[in-house]
Amino acid sequence: MIRQHIQKLGANVIDFVQTTGMMGIFLAHCLRQMLTPPHKVISIIKQIHFIGGRSTIIIIFTGLFTGMVLALQGYHNLKDFGSTDLLGSAVGLGLIQELGPVLTALMVIGRAGSAICAELGIMRHSEQIDALECMGIDPFRFLMVPRFYAAIIALPMLTFIFDVVGIMGGYLVGVVLMGVSEGSYFQGMYNSVDWTDVQLGLVKSLIFGLLIIWIATFKGYFLHILKAGGHGAEGVSRVTTDTVVMSSVVILASDYLIGTIML
Amino acid sequence: MEMNDITKVIKVEELVCHYGEREILHNVNLTVNAGEIMVIMGGSGSGKTTLLRTMLGLNKPSSGDIHLMEQHICGLSQKALYKIRQQFGVSFQGGALFSSMSVKENIQLPLCEHTKLDQNTMDIMCRLKLEVVNLSGFENLMPAELSGGMLKRVALARAIIMDPKLLFFDEPSAGLDPVVSAELDELIVRLKKAMNMTIVVVTHELESAFRIADRITVLDQGNVLITGTVDEVKNCKIERVQNLLNRRPRNDHVDADEYMRRLTGTGA
Repeated sequence: MIRQHIQKLGANVIDFVQTTGMMGIFLAHCLRQMLTPPHKVISIIKQIHFIGGRSTIIIIFTGLFTGMVLALQGYHNLKDFGSTDLLGSAVGLGLIQELGPVLTALMVIGRAGSAICAELGIMRHSEQIDALECMGIDPFRFLMVPRFYAAIIALPMLTFIFDVVGIMGGYLVGVVLMGVSEGSYFQGMYNSVDWTDVQLGLVKSLIFGLLIIWIATFKGYFLHILKAGGHGAEGVSRVTTDTVVMSSVVILASDYLIGTIML
Repeated sequence: MEMNDITKVIKVEELVCHYGEREILHNVNLTVNAGEIMVIMGGSGSGKTTLLRTMLGLNKPSSGDIHLMEQHICGLSQKALYKIRQQFGVSFQGGALFSSMSVKENIQLPLCEHTKLDQNTMDIMCRLKLEVVNLSGFENLMPAELSGGMLKRVALARAIIMDPKLLFFDEPSAGLDPVVSAELDELIVRLKKAMNMTIVVVTHELESAFRIADRITVLDQGNVLITGTVDEVKNCKIERVQNLLNRRPRNDHVDADEYMRRLTGTGA
């Protein structure tokens, strides 16, 4: 009995080490292909539309309500200390440094990351990736490179939209509904948010974009050999769920790490 | 390479393949001559798809050697493999068409990736190949709008768009009704004659195999039982070949002790 448990543990450790190694090699190969021209600009634009364009509405709604909630909570907390003038600063810093990049990344994982993983998984399952290889087309150049570029470009853009809409949501609640003065809302934000905060948000969104697309493409592409994968619809569903869970945890962990390094 | 090897488009020598611990192919030897249709036949799980995938370089063999169009493919880099693969066409069992692309875009994909032809020329080539597979006028449809037989014919059009000298088919008639299946067989024979192609077909459909084959290789449990002409295979005395040809179920003898061991899971 104990021996079986130890064997299972050992097998899981070996599987973890193997998968981590494969992920590293996969990323290195994708990055190398990204730096090797020529690239199909049309494919990259299509993927930016898929990852970025089609996520815009959900980002606008998420950003709006996040800004509104931040302003509502912030107003009630600051009111006790008579510091409602700091509302703009609290909303601006919270969104630009933290909530903007993280929530945008989580939304993109749910909408685009899962879809990309499922798409590649189905392509693998239905022999479309084999067909590409048999046509002499490198699947990394054809499938991965446009998606990697698109994620790295789209995430900062979506984060910017999230931040702007969130600030407007905060304005709506703080200024229009709660009666904080418009001048103090924007002046407070102007005084407390500086270029390093914007840089932090930008770096986070770039890194999150890379992490999301790395995990999603890896899981989909290697559906057939991953432990969670296997063949058929169940395999696709399992790796898609895995992608969402793993990406979300990795985003939150890396958010803390980046914050520790840059703050 | 010897003189008589020149006409051998594919040469498989002592090929052994594993999936994990399980040995799928045991010392398989096979040659395919230029301009012939070689049918690889066998029951489910006989290893024919593994053999095909290994010949295409999609699976790595455990040992043995494969020469494809005078190129030794087993030790090649991925980049070199992509180069060689541009010289042959493959039609997969389910078609393997890209669902987000139209029929025309699917067929033109190899041209877009490997040539610098202008769009007009590619359109003409696409229409020409659709004409060959009797699907003129279907270029703007999406794969989801096509039937199973049409999907296979579009996949065939894509496989021949670069005018390859070597063509592979994985189960071309699987899942098709007898009429469509016969049409596809006719098309394969016509392609061989008109374009002087060497064709390898993997199938378990007996009628289809006998209709199109110049030579047949019968695989059983990872072993080659026989390679020969249609008549040679039909007249073969090997029991397993006759079982396959006459659709007889396998009658493996298992003694009582062995049967009990299997049921109770004790011993080998």
